[in-house]
Amino acid sequence: MKRLMAFIRKEFLHIFRDYRTLIILFGLPAAQILIFGYAVRTDITNAGIAVLDNSRDEVSRDLILKLDASEFFDIKYYLNSYDEIDPAFRKGVIKAAVVFPEDMAARLTREGNATVSIIADGSEANNANLVAGYTSAILNEYSAGMTKAVTSSMPVINTDVRMFFNPNLESHFMFVPGVITLILILISALMTSVTIVREKEFGSMEVLLVSPLKPWQIIVGKVTPYFFLSLVDVIVILLMAWFVFGLPVRGSIALLISECMLYILLGLSIGTLVSTVARKMENAIFISFLGLMLPSLLLSGFIFPIENMPKIYDIVSLFLPPRWFVEIIRAIMIKGAGISYVWKETLVLVAMTLFFMVLSARKFKLRLEEGGK
Amino acid sequence: MAAIEANNITHRYGSVTAVDDISFSVEEGELFGFIGPDGAGKTTLFRIAATLIIPAGGRMTLLGLNTVSRYRELRNHIGYMPGRFSLYQDLTVEENLNFFATIFGTTIRQNYHLIEPIYKQLEPFKKRQAGRLSGGMKQKLALSCALIHKPEILILDEPTTGVDAVSRTEFWEMLTQLKHEGITIIVSTPYMDEALRCDRIGLIQSGKLLSIDTPDMVRRSYSRKLFAVTHPDKYRLLLALRSMTAGSLQAGTSGTGREAATESHTAAMPGPLAGSAEPFGDSVHLTLMEGAVPDDIIRALERAGLAGAAIKEIIPGVEDVFLELMKNGD
Repeated sequence: MKRLMAFIRKEFLHIFRDYRTLIILFGLPAAQILIFGYAVRTDITNAGIAVLDNSRDEVSRDLILKLDASEFFDIKYYLNSYDEIDPAFRKGVIKAAVVFPEDMAARLTREGNATVSIIADGSEANNANLVAGYTSAILNEYSAGMTKAVTSSMPVINTDVRMFFNPNLESHFMFVPGVITLILILISALMTSVTIVREKEFGSMEVLLVSPLKPWQIIVGKVTPYFFLSLVDVIVILLMAWFVFGLPVRGSIALLISECMLYILLGLSIGTLVSTVARKMENAIFISFLGLMLPSLLLSGFIFPIENMPKIYDIVSLFLPPRWFVEIIRAIMIKGAGISYVWKETLVLVAMTLFFMVLSARKFKLRLEEGGK
Repeated sequence: MAAIEANNITHRYGSVTAVDDISFSVEEGELFGFIGPDGAGKTTLFRIAATLIIPAGGRMTLLGLNTVSRYRELRNHIGYMPGRFSLYQDLTVEENLNFFATIFGTTIRQNYHLIEPIYKQLEPFKKRQAGRLSGGMKQKLALSCALIHKPEILILDEPTTGVDAVSRTEFWEMLTQLKHEGITIIVSTPYMDEALRCDRIGLIQSGKLLSIDTPDMVRRSYSRKLFAVTHPDKYRLLLALRSMTAGSLQAGTSGTGREAATESHTAAMPGPLAGSAEPFGDSVHLTLMEGAVPDDIIRALERAGLAGAAIKEIIPGVEDVFLELMKNGD
C-alpha cells in the first residue's frame, strides 16, 4: 500500500509540474464549454421569414408590417396556404413561418385573444428558439399597444410555436453532455496511454518492471490520479454549465457522477490497452486520437444525430462507448431520468469496461519481450 | 557458488542474432566488465540478466535463481541501471531517491550508509529537478537509486556513456568501493580504458563473446610486439603505414595485370613490413612483420616523403587486443 501511495504521489507530481498537462486537464474543458456555448449565435438580424395571412384584416396587416420593419426579420414569402410552408422551408431561405388565424381582428375584439402560429426550423435549434422568441416579443408589444387603443380589457395574441425537423427542440445545451464525453475520453484514455508510454520511452519502465512492484500496482498507480482529475473535470463542467449557461442537472447528481466514474474507468482501461500496443508517445496519441476522439466526436450523436446517419454508421456506433454514455447523461441531465431508464446503457458500459480491463491486464507485460520470436 | 552463471545464452530479434551462444560466470564480489562497440549485444544480455527478456535459448541464474522461472524473487536482489538515463526528469533528486526507496520497500535513512559517498555530492542539489543535473550527476543519482535497496548484484548498462572524463573516473572509483562492500557488479562500456578497472572483462562483438580474462591477461594475449608511430601529418602517416601492411600489398598485386609495375613496386619495398596499422589518438599503432625492425619503417616513411617520424614500442591496450580479435574473427 505504501508503495502504491508513493507511486500515485509521484504521478501527481508529474502532472502538476507539467503545465501542458495542466492546460489539457483544466484549460481544455473550460475552453470547450465556453466555445461551444458562445459560438452558438445568440442574436439574429434580417432572418428570412414567410407569412401566411389567413386573416387579411388590419391587425394582421399591421403585424406583418411591424415584423418586416423590424431589424430582426426580412419577409421573403407571402404564402397563400399551409401547403406552401414546407416547400418554403426547403428552399433554405427562411428560418420561420408566421401563420395568422382567420378573422384575427374580430376574434381579438370579440373573444379577447387570438393565436398566431410560429413554425420554426428546428434543425437549427438555437436559431429557431431565437426567431420564435423575437416574433413573440413583437406580437406581445403590439397587443400591449392595442390595450389602450381598442379596448379596455386586455386582448391577448397567443403564440403557438411549432418546430419543424426537431419537434422536441432539444436544447442547444445538448453540447454539455457531448463535451463531458469528449473530455473524459481525452483525459482518461489519451492521457493515461501517453503517460504509460512515456515511461517506456524514457526507460524508467525498465526500472519499474525490475522493481518488486506488481504490474497491477504500476497500472493503478499510473491511472489513479487521472481518475480523480477526470472527476474534478466533470464537476467543473457541470458547474460551468449551470452558472454560465443556466443548465441544471435534472436527474440525480449521484447517479450522474457514478455513471461518469464508470465511463472514466472504461476510458482508463482503453488507455492502458493502447499503451501496451504503442511503443512511442506519438503512436499512443495517434491511436487514441484516431480510434477514440474522432469516433466519439462524430459517431456519438454529440454533433450529428445518429438517426440522420446511414445505417452502417449507426451499427458501428453501437460498438463505441461514447454513444452509450452520451445517451445516459443526456437522459439524466436533460430528461431527469433515473437508473431504471438507463440501466441497459449502463450495463453495456459495464461489459465494455470489464472487457477492456481484462484485455489490457493480459497484454500488460512483465517484461520487455518474451523469447526471441 | 558463482553470483552469475550464464550458459549458452542466445537471443534473436527477427533474423538478427543479438546474443549468440554466450556463456560466462561472475564470482561473488567481482567487478565484471563487458566491453564492446554499440550494437554488440551488451544491452540485450543485460536485460536478460535483469529478468526483462526471456532469452530464446540458454539459461542464466543470478544468486542461484533462474532469471526466467524465479524472476519475482530475483528482482528483490538486483539493482538495474538501464543505458538511457531512466529517472524522472521532472522530479527532484530527493523525490527520485525517495520514490525508488519506497517502491523497493525501504527508506533513504535505512540504507544511507550505502549511498553516502555518492549521495553526499548530490545533496547540495537535492531540491533540483533531475533533468537539470549534469550528465555525471545524473549518473550518480541513477546509481544511488539502483543502490538504495541494497542489492546483492548491480547490473549497470553503459553507465558512463555521455559523461565527462572526470565524472567517469569518479564513477568508477565508486564502483570499486561498492565492490569492496561485497556487491557483485556487471557493467558494460564502449570505453576500452575503463576495462582496466574491472577484475575481469569479456570482449563482446556482434553478439559473440570473443574472450574473457583479467584486463592484464587480455592485454598479454596480444600476440605480437606493438609500436606507436607518430608524425605531425597523421593522415598521410596512416596512409603510408597502411600501404606497408601485408593486406594492402596483396590487394595491389592481385588481378591488376600490370606485372611490370608491380614488380618495380615490390622491388622498392622488399615485402610487407607491417602486419597491421590502426589509428589511436595521436599515433598509429603498428605491428611488424617477421624480420622487420623499427628502423625499416622509419626508412620506408622517409622514402614516402614523411621524414621525422618517431616509433617506439608500447604495451598493448585492451582496444588493440579487441581489434586483433575482431580481425581474426572475420
